[in-house]
Amino acid sequence: MAHIELKNIKKSFGLVDVIKGVDLEIFSGEFMVFVGPSGCGKSTLLRLMAGLEDITSGEMTFDGTLVNALAPSKRGIAMVFQSYALYPHMTVYENMAFGMELAKSSKEAIKERVEKAAELLQITPYLARLPKQLSGGQRQRVAIGRAIVRDPKVFLFDEPLSNLDAALRVATRLEIAKLHHQMNSSTMVYVTHDQVEAMTLADRICVLRDGLVEQVGTPLELYENPQSLFVAGFIGSPKMNFLNGEIASKFGANTIGVRSEHIEIADREGAWKGKVVHSESLGSDSYVYVDIGVGGDPVIVRQEGTHLHQPDAAISIAPIPGKVYRFDKAGKPVRN
Amino acid sequence: MTAEATAGTVVRTQPQIQSELMKSRVAAAMWFLVPMLVALAIVAGWPLLRTIYFSLTNTSLNNLYGGDFVGFKNYLSWTTLKSGRTVFSGLLVDPAWWNAVGNTLRFAVISVTLETVIGMIVALVLNAEFKGRGIVRAAILIPWAIPTIVSAKMWSWMLNDQFGIINDLFLNLGIISQKVAWTATADTAMTAVLIVDIWKTTPFMALLILAGLQMVPKDVYEAAKIDGVHPVKVFFKVTLPLVRPAVMVAVIFRLLDAMRIFDLIYVLTPNSKATKTMSVISRENLFDFDKFAYGSAQSTLLFLMIAVMTGLYIWLGKVRFDGGDR
Repeated sequence: MAHIELKNIKKSFGLVDVIKGVDLEIFSGEFMVFVGPSGCGKSTLLRLMAGLEDITSGEMTFDGTLVNALAPSKRGIAMVFQSYALYPHMTVYENMAFGMELAKSSKEAIKERVEKAAELLQITPYLARLPKQLSGGQRQRVAIGRAIVRDPKVFLFDEPLSNLDAALRVATRLEIAKLHHQMNSSTMVYVTHDQVEAMTLADRICVLRDGLVEQVGTPLELYENPQSLFVAGFIGSPKMNFLNGEIASKFGANTIGVRSEHIEIADREGAWKGKVVHSESLGSDSYVYVDIGVGGDPVIVRQEGTHLHQPDAAISIAPIPGKVYRFDKAGKPVRN
Repeated sequence: MTAEATAGTVVRTQPQIQSELMKSRVAAAMWFLVPMLVALAIVAGWPLLRTIYFSLTNTSLNNLYGGDFVGFKNYLSWTTLKSGRTVFSGLLVDPAWWNAVGNTLRFAVISVTLETVIGMIVALVLNAEFKGRGIVRAAILIPWAIPTIVSAKMWSWMLNDQFGIINDLFLNLGIISQKVAWTATADTAMTAVLIVDIWKTTPFMALLILAGLQMVPKDVYEAAKIDGVHPVKVFFKVTLPLVRPAVMVAVIFRLLDAMRIFDLIYVLTPNSKATKTMSVISRENLFDFDKFAYGSAQSTLLFLMIAVMTGLYIWLGKVRFDGGDR
């Protein structure tokens, strides 16, 4: 359990400013996800919290205590790495027990904690194996188990699923979500570039861009009320459709954004006429790529169920009223 | 139907493709190996067999093809005197030989141990990130790049009792009170040899270990930081086990080299009983003393000792030459 506060945190590597002044509060027991494109500084921010990098300026407190200069091991954190970072020469059991052994815990206490964590993650059968004898998903579960054994106040996850294949990613994501429910007193901070992971796991999401916080909020807040063009484009899959020029001016904005699920195939007043570029059928949904003759990327329309559209077929589409996001020149939402 | 049939064909043909691929791979490997095997057979295999054969004859240097087969007489033979006393002779009871064996073993163990320890320290330093690391890495190799004869001669001048810089330095610093004949005195000869060998070979050891260190993933050290492992413990519990395979291979290379040490001693401390090694003494017998068969026997025994030691080391140390156990 830890309440984390970041006040004007900055980090530079030589002449390069990576984190340019981040203010953020992470509440006790919260699952916070840092999300953003690669190079936005999300991993660096996590490493600053872990103490693996030194903070250039600003203040970071855990439960009110300044931790800027505190060694990683004294911060009460555990970290799960993208590359697992298991000790290759130690068995799964030894990997999980290593931290406790160094803390001179009794053998029985270590055994109990390791076995409990192993059971939670269903890795009990592999305790005697070496990491190289495990699959990627199993290794990542061992890494999570090692974190659990440390019984930390804060869990830090650095893109833990990026090295796994799609099916395992979904399964392990579920494990992490379950873990959060079971250990709801622990604060968790999770870094990902995958907005689906962010949406499904987070209590709150912090969208980072270029070393600065773009927006912080619950997944639904970000989905429904993006405070910038960037967040609107980043959250949601497929990406929000953006339209400029004449079409946007009709709505009194420089740019308008409509999510693919908020566009209907309908021929009503104000509908956009165009032709089908391509259509994809995923079974439960279909995506239609429509060129409405204003340049730029084709507009993506989502339909439920299976629909087939021939390329070049004429089509007319219309946004659902009230679901159009309007942005000004600076990329900020238009309010009135 | 068509899809099924296609799938069936694929399954049936796949093993064949694989085995054909394997066959051509094996064939290619053979062709790549042949030149080396031939060269080895000519320059190592044949001389080795000849040496072993000579050691079982009474060949002398001025009549290489006229020796008679005498069995193991060069190794051990005995005659019973009229008084009933049995007198043993041959290599296995030759005190000069056993002195050389002792010298060689002492030299090999001490030099390889110190080279490993110092090499490890140097490798750890070179593995850290600092400005000018590339230059330092290159510079540290210089002692190893200098031909042994040159460095041995260089050191023998530096260690010279009359005009050597080391005596001058030590005298001025007050470490010694009078000039010492480092290479000629029995007490200091072995130390002098060891110092030069360590100076010369540590870079090689450091480089091999450095290669191993660079294989250790960085994130493991970060995990150790979060686990709160003391740096000294990180070295012994994480770094050392992970570079162990590289170190074992490096040690075996050096051990083989050290057991055959010849050039350095031949130049630095010729004819010193305190440093005479197996290679030195067998060369002496082969060419200086005209005991060609006896020298061959010594060479054969040296070969057997190195072979047994290497075998034991690989077996006991579970050395793997394929890049470690990860």
